[in-house]
Amino acid sequence: MPLLEIKNLSVTFKTAGGEFTAVDRVSLNIAPGEIVSIVGESGSGKSVSMLALMGLLPWTATITADTLRFNGQDLKTISKKQLRQIIGSQMAMIFQEPMTSLNPCFTIGFQLTEALKIHLGMNRAERKKRAIELLDLVGIPEPQKRLAAFPHQLSGGMNQRVMIAMSISCNPLLLIADEPTTALDVTIQAQILDLLLKLQKEQNMSLVLITHDMGVVAETAERVAVQYAGQQVEKQLIKGLFSDPHHPYTQALLNSLPERSTSRILPSIAGVVPGQFDKPVGCLFSPRCQYATELCRSTPPVEASPAFGRALCHYPLAGGLPTNYPEEVSA
Amino acid sequence: MKGEVVLEAENLTRHYKVDRGSFQKPAILKALDGASFKLVKGKTLAVVGESGCGKSTLARLVTMIEKPTSGELNITGINIVTADKYVLDRLHKKVQIVFQDPYGSLNPRQKIGHALEEPLLVNTSMSGRERREAALDIIRLVGLRPEYYDRYPHMFSGGQRQRIAVARALMLNPEIVVLDEPVSALDVSIQAQILNLIATLQEQFDLAYMFISHDLSVVKHIADEVMVMYLGKPIESGSRDTLFSKPHHPYTRALLSATPVADPFRTKERIVLKGELPSPIAPPSGCTFHPRCPSMTEICRGKPPELTEIDGCMVACYHPKTYPDGGTDEISAR
Repeated sequence: MPLLEIKNLSVTFKTAGGEFTAVDRVSLNIAPGEIVSIVGESGSGKSVSMLALMGLLPWTATITADTLRFNGQDLKTISKKQLRQIIGSQMAMIFQEPMTSLNPCFTIGFQLTEALKIHLGMNRAERKKRAIELLDLVGIPEPQKRLAAFPHQLSGGMNQRVMIAMSISCNPLLLIADEPTTALDVTIQAQILDLLLKLQKEQNMSLVLITHDMGVVAETAERVAVQYAGQQVEKQLIKGLFSDPHHPYTQALLNSLPERSTSRILPSIAGVVPGQFDKPVGCLFSPRCQYATELCRSTPPVEASPAFGRALCHYPLAGGLPTNYPEEVSA
Repeated sequence: MKGEVVLEAENLTRHYKVDRGSFQKPAILKALDGASFKLVKGKTLAVVGESGCGKSTLARLVTMIEKPTSGELNITGINIVTADKYVLDRLHKKVQIVFQDPYGSLNPRQKIGHALEEPLLVNTSMSGRERREAALDIIRLVGLRPEYYDRYPHMFSGGQRQRIAVARALMLNPEIVVLDEPVSALDVSIQAQILNLIATLQEQFDLAYMFISHDLSVVKHIADEVMVMYLGKPIESGSRDTLFSKPHHPYTRALLSATPVADPFRTKERIVLKGELPSPIAPPSGCTFHPRCPSMTEICRGKPPELTEIDGCMVACYHPKTYPDGGTDEISAR
């Protein structure tokens, strides 16, 4: 049984300019102990879908889903009180900017032990012991001293370690890491990714890694979901995604990486991600797609078979070329 | 002329005084401690390093926002340390900069047409109509539409704003453009567009670029020469091909191995560095990298290593990795 089951999750925001669909029918199953990555550019709804799952969105958001199950509990019907018991203990999240996610007014020790007090009901001595244990686990030197430190006294990398320590404090079953290394230097990024993978293995957690960095995905994840403008456009195993992408967006995205290119001019994707007011009628990627036809511009595509990575495309790619492509266009 | 050296820096340093309260002597922060390099027309020098390594201080010196504490800086043959104000004023036009954050570097209350015209208003005696023409020309050149002239920065996406920033840097026909992390705030698909624009403009105007970045995959794509910095000092520099295939300094190798590669089929050895960048106010003795270095020995704590030439690269290390039989490094074999 999957640990997390999401089926057709949609999130709509009420804005001054009308309704805006940030996440559009996203589905995801995560087995215990699995590493799944969600990749996409900014505005692709990758963070919002996970925030919706955690119940952390503001009141302007409307969340609908066919299924939203976590560890046997139905998150759709669960009460707010029950949800609060799950998040932070069984399901935890790490955010992008460690400097702004920690409260500057409280010590590391206070913030770290808060969850232990609420979720596990530990007493003061137990909490302190566990906090030191946790800081040691995430590789912070002299944990005893650091408990009294404030976030501004630590570097970005150290703060991110504190965030990780906080999120794993109650031994969660699922850890959602939202761009955990984007704000950090490469050598620190390598340290943090190694740490996350080590903890994931040791505690047999499931890990959802939200990122925009294809390099990070290639080196850490087992399965990938690619998102574009709120939709999942492709779901594949990691090796398949990089060797045989099935959606034109994935293909174009990989081609535009400087490290995969051989020429001085990169094959870039023209245009920008559609916003609230310029959403195309048909396929959302059609204005930027090199294979787009009349059909793509008028009719939204349906999901292709699992063999085609469930690509949301009329002509899913195989071996780099579109299948079922109309003769007259390709000629 | 191609191949002409437009900027030459010799042992450039910049120290800052940091106040530590009334009862202590101010500390000296060596933000940049002895950098020598050249910028050549039509070529790109990439400066690589983690935050706090002095990359941006270098940019401030090259753009003459600040004067160096010591060392020589010659721009188009003029020594800027000894030059008088009038000469410097003329020089300022030849060096322009593009910043990392396209949101923060444009005035939100200024139409982009006026933002583009401002350098002309200050530095030339062009008439209003001429300035407008020049702005419209450059808008087209960077791939935007002329009707954008009357729009405000908030109406543009990040990629478009970066195009505007590039356009503004080109208004005065500079010879040197400093690009301070120009693509690190952008999405991958937009990043490719901006990198292409930068490359085309370099070809068209024969510009000398100083490209500051922490992203080695971008650097590998765009640079001709690469300089790796650590704690204010260049520790290895050389041509892109040599540096990426035969990195000598342990820090360069660690940086290369830490950069994630978008290829799940490659297993690579990862050198994970211990610890973090030490404080530049109290740098470690000897080689400043020694507390984090995997091949550290006693000698590294003593005297700082000098830059010496190995395989055409300048390397400051007592224990550089060498490639005697002409092989390449396994970590960087991309």
